[in-house]
Order: sequence, then C-alpha cells, then structure tokens
Amino acid sequence: MIKKKLANWGNFPVLEAEDFSFSSTSNLRTTLEEEMRSFIARGNGRCYGDASLGDCTLNCLSYDHILSFDCEEGVFECESGVTLDTILKVIVPKGWFLPVTPGTKFITIGGAVASDVHGKNHHVDGSFCDHVMEFDIMMSNGSIVTCSPSIMPELFEATRGGMGLTGVILRVKFRLKRIETSFIRQIQIKAKNLQDLLEKFHEYRNHTYTMSWIDCLKSGKDFGRSILMAGEHAMIDELSESQKKRPLEAYSDTLLRFPVYLPKFALNWYSVKAFNFAYYQKNFKHVIKNVIPYDPFFYPLDKILDWNKGYGHSGFLQYQFVLPLESSAQGMKDILDRISKRGMGSFLAVFKIFGKQNNLISFPMEGCTLALDFPIRNGLFAFLDELDKIVLDYGGRIYLTKDARMKPEIFWKSYPRATEFKALLKKFNPDFKFRSLQSDRLGITNNEWIFEINKANRCD
Amino acid sequence: MNGYLRSIKQIDVTKRTILVLGAGSDIAKAVARQYAANGFSVQLAGRSLDKLNRLRCDLHVRYGTEVSCHFLDISDLESHDLFVNSFSGTPDVVLYAAGAMSEQCEAINNWSLAYDMITVNYMGAVSLLNRFALKMGVKGSGTIIGISSVAGERGRGSNYLYGSTKAAFSTYCSGLRHDFYKKGVHVITVKPGFVYTKMTQHLSLPPLLTATPELVARSVYIGAERKRNVIYIKPIWKIIMLIIKALPEPLFKRTSL
Repeated sequence: MIKKKLANWGNFPVLEAEDFSFSSTSNLRTTLEEEMRSFIARGNGRCYGDASLGDCTLNCLSYDHILSFDCEEGVFECESGVTLDTILKVIVPKGWFLPVTPGTKFITIGGAVASDVHGKNHHVDGSFCDHVMEFDIMMSNGSIVTCSPSIMPELFEATRGGMGLTGVILRVKFRLKRIETSFIRQIQIKAKNLQDLLEKFHEYRNHTYTMSWIDCLKSGKDFGRSILMAGEHAMIDELSESQKKRPLEAYSDTLLRFPVYLPKFALNWYSVKAFNFAYYQKNFKHVIKNVIPYDPFFYPLDKILDWNKGYGHSGFLQYQFVLPLESSAQGMKDILDRISKRGMGSFLAVFKIFGKQNNLISFPMEGCTLALDFPIRNGLFAFLDELDKIVLDYGGRIYLTKDARMKPEIFWKSYPRATEFKALLKKFNPDFKFRSLQSDRLGITNNEWIFEINKANRCD
Repeated sequence: MNGYLRSIKQIDVTKRTILVLGAGSDIAKAVARQYAANGFSVQLAGRSLDKLNRLRCDLHVRYGTEVSCHFLDISDLESHDLFVNSFSGTPDVVLYAAGAMSEQCEAINNWSLAYDMITVNYMGAVSLLNRFALKMGVKGSGTIIGISSVAGERGRGSNYLYGSTKAAFSTYCSGLRHDFYKKGVHVITVKPGFVYTKMTQHLSLPPLLTATPELVARSVYIGAERKRNVIYIKPIWKIIMLIIKALPEPLFKRTSL
C-alpha cells in the first residue's frame, strides 16, 4: 500500500502513513490479522496533534451507518465514522440535540468517545461519555466486545478518553437531549479583566452553556479582558415571528472555504493584536441578549472550512490545559501573564469552567480550562515546555486530543491514574497492536518507559 | 383541483424506486443516500446481507425511506434470471454500481483475478441490465445508470485489463441507450475518474482529480434527472482523456501511462 501524507487539524506533525479503510467488521478483522503491524483508529482528523497518527491508520469514515434513532426516548445508535454534523441533521428536526458537543461538529462519534469530548455545558452535563449507554469495540485479537458502565466497566473506563488505545470503537449508543427549538437564547457580557470574568462565570454558573473568549495580549488594568457567552436552548415563545416558522430547523450548510495556506508572516503580533482588539470592540454594548440558531453559537469556526490553513504550511499547536478549582485564579493569571509578556499571542483564547469529573484518563477535572492557538515558530516548543511545568505545579494537565509535543514526564506526573491506565492497556491491548505517534511519544505504548516511571516514583 | 393534482404528484414521487445492484460499494452507498434524500424508495442488492442491512437502517433513520434488501451474487450468472423475476414491479431507476479492480501486474499473471473483473464489470452487467432494460421497455419508461470508468477510453499499459472491461461496459451502455431510446428508457454512462473509495484506498490520489463518493452521487442524480448521456464527475477528466485519446499510437506506446 502506498503511503499518504497525513496530518491532523493543526497540520503538525505530518506523517507518511498507510491509511486502511474498512466498511465492515470482517474487513477490519482481516486487516488486523493480515498485517503484523500496529494500528491506530482515525476519524475525521479533527484532533489537533498526533493522537490519531501512526504508521498504519484505520480510517473509520466509511464505517458510517446510522443504526437506530428512537425519537420517543431520545436514544441514538450509529457506527463510529458518523460525524456530529450528520447526526444533528437527523435529530434536530425531531426535537433532540447532542448531550455534549465540542466546538466543531466535524468530528466522528468514535473520536468523541476516544477523546471523551467536553462542551460548554461541562459544569452541568459532564463529558460526552457520561451519556454513552454502550459501545462495541474490536479488540486486538479481532473479537468484538460490547461494553457499558456496567458491562465490562474497566474496558469502558479505559476507552473513554483512552485515545483509541484499547481497540477500534465500532458502534456507539447514547442518550440525546430534548429541545423545544433549535435556537439558543444567548447573552454576551463584556468582562473588564480576569477577576471580573471569574466573578461573572460564578454569577452565570446556572446557565447550561458558558464559555468566554479572552484577549490574551492585553496587559495592565485590562489584563484578561474578555467576552463571556452564556446560552440556553430557547423555548418556542422566546423566538421571533420568523424563527417561529422554523423552530426545529437543522442548520443548512452555507460554507466558506479558506482558499489557501497563508504565508508565515501573516500571523504576527500586530495582526493578532488587531484581531483581538476588533473582536472585543465588535460588541458595542456591555451586554447583548439575542436568540440565534445553534450553529453559530456552538460552531462559529465551522463556517469557514479549512480555517486551519490560516496558520500556513508550518501549522499550529493548540494548547489546552485545565487547572484545579483552588489554584485556577492564580494559575490562569500566571500563565496569561507569561503569554502576554512573551508576545506569544493566540488568535483565540477560549476559557471555560469544568464541573466535577474524575475518570481514569479523561481530561476534564473540576476547575478552569484555557485553550490557545499558537502558530508554530521558533521558540514556541521551549515556551510551551515552560508552561507545562507551571500547569503541572498548579496541579493541572494538558488535553491529549490537542497535544502534539508534551514531554512524557509531564503526562505521567499530571494524569494521576496514568499507571492504572497503562496496566489496563496491558490487559486489553497486550502487544500494543493499537498505538499512535502520541502514545509512543508519551511512553504509554512502549515498555522502556515503565522503568523510567518506576525510577521517578522511587525518587519522589 | 390543485390539491388533487398535488396529491397525485406526491404519490408519484414516493412511488419512485431505485434498485442498486452491487450495493456494498462506497459509490452505491452514496447514490442510495442521494436518491433516498430525494424521496425514492430503495432496493439494495448485493452479496453481503450484513452490509445491506446496515445501509437499510441508515437510509431508514436518515430519510424515513422504505428499503428492501436482496441477495445477489453478480458473478453467479445462472442466478440472475431468478433474481430479476423475484421483483414484482419494475424499478424506475436501476444503478449498476458493482465493480472489481485488481492491480494490472497481478491480474495479468493470475487469470482468476482477470476473470473476476470481466465477470463483475462486464458479463454480470450485461446479464442483469439486459433483463431490466427489456422490462423497462415494456413499461415504456425507466432509467439505467452504469458506473463505468475513464479507464475504458483507451487501453493503457498500467491498467488495460480493468480498462478493457470498462470499455466493453461503456460500449454496451451506449448501445443500450441507442436501442432503448425509442422505448422511453434512458441510459446514462458515468465516468467518475478517481474517487476516494475502498477500491482506491491503496493509491495515492491527486486531490484535484479525485471526487468524493458524495459528489459522484450528486452528479449522478442530477445527470439522471436531466437525462444526460455520458457524464464525467470532474470536468478536468474530459480534457485529460481527450489528450490521452489524441496521442498517436506510435507516440502513445512509448509513454508510461
């Protein structure tokens, strides 16, 4: 098979890989058996880093059948290659919505489980796998196992957020959320600075959906100025007359496409500064209230296809971390301060609150999370290594789905149950038939690292 | 009166049926979805009933489509008579989407691979489409869609075994179109060029020349509704094939295409 160049959304790293597609479980089993190599499942390539890259990838996009949809009970069942976009088109007109959705609808349902994705409603509804009733997974020996929180709970737990390392997720059955309309009643509030923002988050904590954008280049008294967005699914009587005519409309795609890769110099301190200034100033009023379709509320960037090309051929890194509640305020200030001092501006800095969660390997924990986009340039990797240490010191961790460069020691120290996860992998994926560039880099799927960890633990 | 006319029209639309032969392929899946989205009921025929059943669920949930599944082994030519007669009515549209492709270097050394391509891409098509065309001819209407290939336009060293089966199929489609035009049956030949499917997953395809199965499906649907005769999915393929066909044989045989 000819190797293809593959990269995920950040366009870094780029890897020559053999991409195996499958449309039935027997296809997939044959591929696993015939090729004496390691694989990693891959969906729509919307994770940012190297989590779904490897020498051999299993392309799930042709495994994309919707299997059942109970519109009385709101239970949906489909194969792993179905994207959220497809699901929304089916469920929204029937008065249902995804229980949890990340900031793009172009991810597959397999990826949603493997990353245990979170959304703007984490503090209320938890992460995606909290709503998963059961899934089927193909193990390294080709057998198919069904698991749920009560059947094979260990496998369920190691697969949610497990980055595809336990096997290939085949079928997922999950609960939906009832909606009366497909519109969102939104409030946008400007916050003067970081302290103000945190207070506003507290004030709006009862809203189902909250998130905020931060201008990360501002220093001085405006440090951390931001716009908080809070939303609720709108009721029918909250809609305008024209909206009432189409209360459950699934958003139709009128999309723009980012035409070319921008040259490297296009993103610099000045352009990022100008963008952030404009973004903050576009809201004239201090508080804006309106009712908008769900699409621009949840997926503002999906409107521009291939927006990642804006970061040029060299790509970008998304850096998302979470800090525990008690150290959030101090830690965020510390980190934003360093970013602003270094002039390492991020076009979009997205800040959110997480509710309680304590799973084996899932990313969320109670606290605050910040996601930043950095174009790749000299000095960035060293700078992020520096940030990693600070995140670690504050007791936080980095989101594996977005990661392309974390050092293994950071991973092992920041994910408190990583060794337990690895022990389960040895049970479910004994020969590391499933491994990715990321799992190798982080020392999850190679044995050398065990010794290092043991040593490190002893030193501690 | 208006209401009466509208209800007649609605019934007509919901009554229209497409039969997909070789429904396990990626192009077939996309075309089935396209037709289902446009209100057709769908009959799926293929070898893997598991695959057909999954597609049946998918079409049903997405579009509320009525779908039936039928076992069909294209290479078992003897079984075709029974298969065709098992349908009570005649479908409005028949799509021939079955296709086999083996590497030229392997197929030339292994007759069974070459034989497989000839059976699936040509003999099976003729055997089945002859029968459906006759039924449509009696009914006085119908559309037959043949998924052929640009590879059939000129034999090239790199894939002439596959190409020649598609050349035969294209010629068959053009003849069938000519013959059945007067009987109200339309035949459309589709030459997709490169498509991202399971059949081509081992190839490194240039994005500008490669279509997605969904694009193929859209073009097929529009082409069939507008009664186009021969369609290319990406217009650039028409130009490429014009050039390839225009090369004089003494020159052509020296190239490595």
